Amino acid sequence: MQTLLFALEVSLNGFMTGILYSLVALGFVLIFKASGVFNYAQGVMVLFAALTLVGLQQGIVPFEHLINNLFGTSIHGFGWNMPTLLALLLTLLTMLLLAWLVEKLILKHLVNQNPVILFMATIGLAYFLEGFGDLMWGADVKKLDIGVPMGISDTVESTTYDWFGYGFFIDRLDITASIVAALLVIGLTIFSQYSKTGRALRAVADDHQAALSVGISLRQIWVIVWSIAGLVALIAGIFWGSKSGVQFSLSLVALKALPVLMLGGLTSIPGAIVGGLLIGVGEKLFDFLVGPMIGGATENWFAYVVALVFLLFRPQGLFGEKIIERV
Amino acid sequence: MFYREVGEFKTSYPQDSESFAIGLDKYGYYFILIIAFGIIPFLVNDYWANAVFVPFLVWAVASLGLNILTGHCGQISLGTGGFMAVGAYSCYKLMTSFPDLNIIFCIIISGVITAAVGILFGIPSLRIKGFYLAVATLASQFFLVWLFNRVPWFYNYSASGQISTPERSVFGVLVTGPNVQPWAQYLICLLFAFGLAWGARNLTRGSLGRSWMATRDMDIAAEIIGVNLLKAKLSAFAISSFYIGIAGALFFSVYLGAVEATEAFGINQSFLVLFMIIIGGLGSILGSFIGAAFMVLFPVLLKNILVGWWQWDAAIATHLEFISVGILIIVFLIFEPHGLAQLWRLLKQKLRLWPYPH
Amino acid sequence: MNETEVTDKVDTLMDIKKVTLRFGGVKALSDVSFNIKESEIRAIIGPNGAGKSSMLNVINGFYTPQEGEIWFQGKRRPKLKPHQIAYQRIARTFQNIALFEGMTVLDNMMTGRMIYMKSGLLPQLLWWGKAEREETENRMIVERIIDFLEIQHIRKTPVGMLPYGLQKRVELGRALAAEPKLLLLDEPMAGMNNEEKEDMCRFILDVNEELGTSIALIEHDMGVVMDLADRVVVIDHGEKIADGLPDQVRNDQNVIDAYLGVAH
Repeated sequence: MQTLLFALEVSLNGFMTGILYSLVALGFVLIFKASGVFNYAQGVMVLFAALTLVGLQQGIVPFEHLINNLFGTSIHGFGWNMPTLLALLLTLLTMLLLAWLVEKLILKHLVNQNPVILFMATIGLAYFLEGFGDLMWGADVKKLDIGVPMGISDTVESTTYDWFGYGFFIDRLDITASIVAALLVIGLTIFSQYSKTGRALRAVADDHQAALSVGISLRQIWVIVWSIAGLVALIAGIFWGSKSGVQFSLSLVALKALPVLMLGGLTSIPGAIVGGLLIGVGEKLFDFLVGPMIGGATENWFAYVVALVFLLFRPQGLFGEKIIERV
Repeated sequence: MFYREVGEFKTSYPQDSESFAIGLDKYGYYFILIIAFGIIPFLVNDYWANAVFVPFLVWAVASLGLNILTGHCGQISLGTGGFMAVGAYSCYKLMTSFPDLNIIFCIIISGVITAAVGILFGIPSLRIKGFYLAVATLASQFFLVWLFNRVPWFYNYSASGQISTPERSVFGVLVTGPNVQPWAQYLICLLFAFGLAWGARNLTRGSLGRSWMATRDMDIAAEIIGVNLLKAKLSAFAISSFYIGIAGALFFSVYLGAVEATEAFGINQSFLVLFMIIIGGLGSILGSFIGAAFMVLFPVLLKNILVGWWQWDAAIATHLEFISVGILIIVFLIFEPHGLAQLWRLLKQKLRLWPYPH
Repeated sequence: MNETEVTDKVDTLMDIKKVTLRFGGVKALSDVSFNIKESEIRAIIGPNGAGKSSMLNVINGFYTPQEGEIWFQGKRRPKLKPHQIAYQRIARTFQNIALFEGMTVLDNMMTGRMIYMKSGLLPQLLWWGKAEREETENRMIVERIIDFLEIQHIRKTPVGMLPYGLQKRVELGRALAAEPKLLLLDEPMAGMNNEEKEDMCRFILDVNEELGTSIALIEHDMGVVMDLADRVVVIDHGEKIADGLPDQVRNDQNVIDAYLGVAH
């Protein structure tokens, strides 16, 4: 009984992580549907957004390290803390600017290229962003606190204790994160299904040429989806950054949205959501049940191996359409 | 003017399919070999061996391997780091379990073991393509590194979790361990790099190589022509992993001497090798070498200038390295997807017609 | 050439019996039967989307029909993978050129001889003995085809850089390199000008007459079909609607209806 309850607690935690996976995966799906780009940089975008937010908030002078080295100065921050809301707004603007620049400097020049080339270009982008973020804000591990409630929720603990005689340890940060992420997931789904832009987006996903011929601007759509991906990255960056500090490993956590995506089927929005939840719960449960026997830290690879094995039997993913090959 | 095939007459098909069809190329190739085997070993010191030549050769072997898989057969892999780890840990286990086995055989057997692991992780390529496969190969990257990190048998239960190489020699010359001479390190890597490059050249111009390229260019047509896709893809995975495993074994035993899985074989190493073949040239043997040289020399150069001359922080040099490499990759993909090797070919083509280009 | 004579004196090379092919609920072919005889040129015609290419895909094993049998050289063919069927010496060209664009003309055609390459990994790795011999022998056969198709000058050009008409010719060359018993041509003359078409017709006739290769050919240009084909089979909406000598087919009411459109 105790074990079962414990497993339930673990699953619940996994479920909440899963919602964040779903959110990041959704960012991937939108970009993939609209531009056929498999955006490897999504993970680093999460890191970059979190870094920018922390940097602005703590009043770090951008490139201060570089400036100090260049001019022999010794600048260490502006000496003030930026209001959180303003920092959030500026970070969002930075992510939008990034989206615009990506379209302008990279995608525009790679139209009609082999998707694999585009994929490799996003790996280049990931590398660039990693170096750029560190150069701009410094590579040390940063603590992110924008006032999201943290710590174990007493309400949940006491309520569950009353019910089961066993108190669940659930972090308030996770609760907030999953609520925000769930709202955003719903919002994005509605946006892509019912808004005018969403319709244009789906048209582009179906057939680039046809969409162009009815007057949809491909490049505008690309900027929009990359902006959405930036927003998603920011949200994920806030929650994951608050939880475990802003550092490189953040991008690896966010990268797990990739296997999530493959599990769900690259082009399927419900697939991204269900896949995220499955992986979230699955990896926590696996690490809880099997982990101790084989050395632990299985979360590093669980998602990838599940995706790999699953694709062997169903290459199109859970919700993807079967591909009929033609000659 | 000087660089052309005029006056060289091919009288048989074997002559026509030689690797270096133009005389000057052939002499250039011999010239490089003489320098590499006959001169550098006498001049090389510890700094040049460990900062430039040995890493260059080791990475060149890894690039050759990945280029077979990605450049020739068209299957992207982001698992190179993981496969190098397989090579390194196999080599370590072989060296410690069979102290009498010659190190050369240890390294080659490590390659064979890695090939077997490569086949295992290559099986999904039969059903999935493109970036699906790329993500699937991430599974091998994360899983393998985790395995070597968490299962103590692989590192002989050492307290630090590191593996370090015992001393081994070839023909009485020490090639691994802390007391190894730079020229010995260099020569053993050179021998492997040369032999493997020659093998890669032979494989890629024969029928197996054609079956890989056909799979890359148009898999359906290849199958209808009689290419067994299963065999083509798995053989590419196997041979590529063999090369990468040897690179991993050399990386550990000859170059670094002691490694820890997460640090030495992380995902960034996978990217490093991928970048080498993009910058050097996909599907080109020469490109593997150029790319490896570039990616090894560039950080050294950057560090020497920024840290050595201008006294900047080493961290900044690293960040700038990431930024420039990222930009370079994108620039190459946009302007010259076939890399530096293609630029070299174009230059030669121009030179062949110079000074009368029409 | 007298068509009846050709069709009478030779045996059946391939017999297609009641083949039905479905994609989910869609029937691409239903109950199609016809045969191809030794050394004949057999045209498959029909309106767009009638199922002609699907038929070729069934013949070379790319699609597996749900029902029906295929008999080849007097034996019923079991379910085989496309690359196994290549070993029975069935070669083809594609409607949208499917050459290996990153490879040279020579390499493309050498790949066409894949089924004759037998040397193992080690000789190939060392470029030694059998591997090198095999390479030279096959190169000689490929060079004969290069001469025949008059493409010596582009031997070492990557095919991606060639104009359309030449690419079509190289693709024919790649199929011929397999020395096929049965050659499947999917619209070999689509998008060509008259001169190129004439060249292509000449190549097809030469192959058929000199080597005795059976040819199954999809073509939209009726003039070409009437000139080349010994017999014609007409497919519409996945069903066979006519089968016979070119003249018979031309005057068949069903065929006229299918092409000109008639209320169904």
